Amino acid sequence: MNKALAIQIPGLDLKNPIIPASGTFGFGYEFERFYPIDELGSIMLKGTTLEPRFGNPLPRIAEGPSGLLNAIGLQNPGVEAVMNEELEKLRPLFHSKVIANIAGSCLEDYVEVAKRISTHDMVGALEMNISCPNVKAGGIQFGTDPQMAAKLTAAVKEVSQVPVYVKLSPNVTDICAMAKAVEAAGADGITMINTLIGMRFDLRTGKPIIANKTGGWSGPAIYPVALRMIYQVYEAVKIPIIGMGGVSSAEDVIEMMYAGASAVAVGSANLVDPYACKRIIDTLPEVMARYGIQSLEEIIGRSHRV
Amino acid sequence: MRKYQDWMTVLSNRQIAKDVYEMKLEGEGAGKISAPGQFVNIKIASLESQPYLRRPMSVCEYDDHHLTIIYKVVGKGTQLLTEKKPGDQLDMLLGLGNGFPLPDIKEALLVGGGVGVPPLYELGKQLKARGVKITSVLGFNSQCDVFYETQFKALGEVYVATMDGSYQDQGTAVDVIRKRGLSYDRYFACGPEKMLDALVLFDDKNGYLSFEARMGCGFGACMGCSCKVKTKPYKRICVEGPVLEASEVIVHE
Repeated sequence: MNKALAIQIPGLDLKNPIIPASGTFGFGYEFERFYPIDELGSIMLKGTTLEPRFGNPLPRIAEGPSGLLNAIGLQNPGVEAVMNEELEKLRPLFHSKVIANIAGSCLEDYVEVAKRISTHDMVGALEMNISCPNVKAGGIQFGTDPQMAAKLTAAVKEVSQVPVYVKLSPNVTDICAMAKAVEAAGADGITMINTLIGMRFDLRTGKPIIANKTGGWSGPAIYPVALRMIYQVYEAVKIPIIGMGGVSSAEDVIEMMYAGASAVAVGSANLVDPYACKRIIDTLPEVMARYGIQSLEEIIGRSHRV
Repeated sequence: MRKYQDWMTVLSNRQIAKDVYEMKLEGEGAGKISAPGQFVNIKIASLESQPYLRRPMSVCEYDDHHLTIIYKVVGKGTQLLTEKKPGDQLDMLLGLGNGFPLPDIKEALLVGGGVGVPPLYELGKQLKARGVKITSVLGFNSQCDVFYETQFKALGEVYVATMDGSYQDQGTAVDVIRKRGLSYDRYFACGPEKMLDALVLFDDKNGYLSFEARMGCGFGACMGCSCKVKTKPYKRICVEGPVLEASEVIVHE
């Protein structure tokens, strides 16, 4: 193990800071056909709800300049199947702790999913998805009101057996107010940013391309927005941040850690290049050497100190 | 060596019908394809540039070192693909999806619509090599859209249908099957959703249908192409598809 890459954050002892982001990596095991997924720092599981969900009608995907618009709508087999089937398929392939992404349409749903999945021995932390732009009830409404977000965080914290990270939406007026609210409510960390809400239209018909009309905009196009928000939130809170938003290379990872991220999730890049996370992990040491970085631990928030 | 990804070299790239191009490529990656009806996913521009997503394409013909794709220009991505020259390299994911089965039958009916025609060509070749009698129905909008009629004729009888009647039979592929009373043990189809739905309504027991969908990844990660079926809560067109059995297809409303 390369100690220069290791990072410790609540609930997670990461051998490297690279984590595939929720919704771009299924439940992990499907990527074993591309490379040994045991090389990953952790895995953020596909958003999990109490009951199975099929998600939104098709088309669910569109694209734009350097980015991807999606409205999957939290398709998942429900918490019981995730714990008993999906995680069992992952167990022989991945030996570090995973991050379970939990979602719901009301406070009670989040609490129930958290209560159950946080007891699973493979789960090291929860990521509370209060920022999914693609479901009508719940999701983003919890992510745009600081008081609602705080109430939900406190309720999930009360039942969770593992540290709780809250995933913040960029679709707010003041992301620092959201970050402070969930920190005060007991969150152990923040993951950010979720997708930006976007649209595309069909030139012939004038109709939205995505059946859900709006979708979540991600990919390299949102990277500078993610950096800016992580930079701001790093100054507003003391809890660690797992950064994400358009990361595609080892250089992007280092820049995001300079902004204040303790670890970095890779999302859309996995869909375009299924080897993206492995490529980033493999190239991190040489890119660190190029910039004279001895260990990643020391560069977290570097841009705030120079 | 990567199991699904490889660089393929363009051998030729030529127009064969209105807005339709045939591209031949060479490379070891062709050996990753294991069944007719499997597809490839092509990165047309560099990783972070436009178009950002790969473009899934059916495979018209393949052997261990070569493959042929046929694509229609429908937007910026496919327009860029027309500019590729012999010697250019393309980053491709290969051998994706389930592909068509090769059942033990005597008579096969191939039903293709527009750019749904290509994957049926490799399938027809493989079925013919197994001694299956091939009949093909190829549907297009108009005479200017017709391609590969000669190639399919080498496999067996071919009927072409055009929506505007400008070439051979007027109407849809299903109209031709009805009118001509074509017989088969199994039909194999690829084409627009409306054509596939019409086929399922015509015969929902003896067919295999290849579907297309907007895909985020093409290998099962994003759930962008999930489709409800009768046999399971859903199938991903990119992994458990693109070929579905007629008996499991839920016809669109």
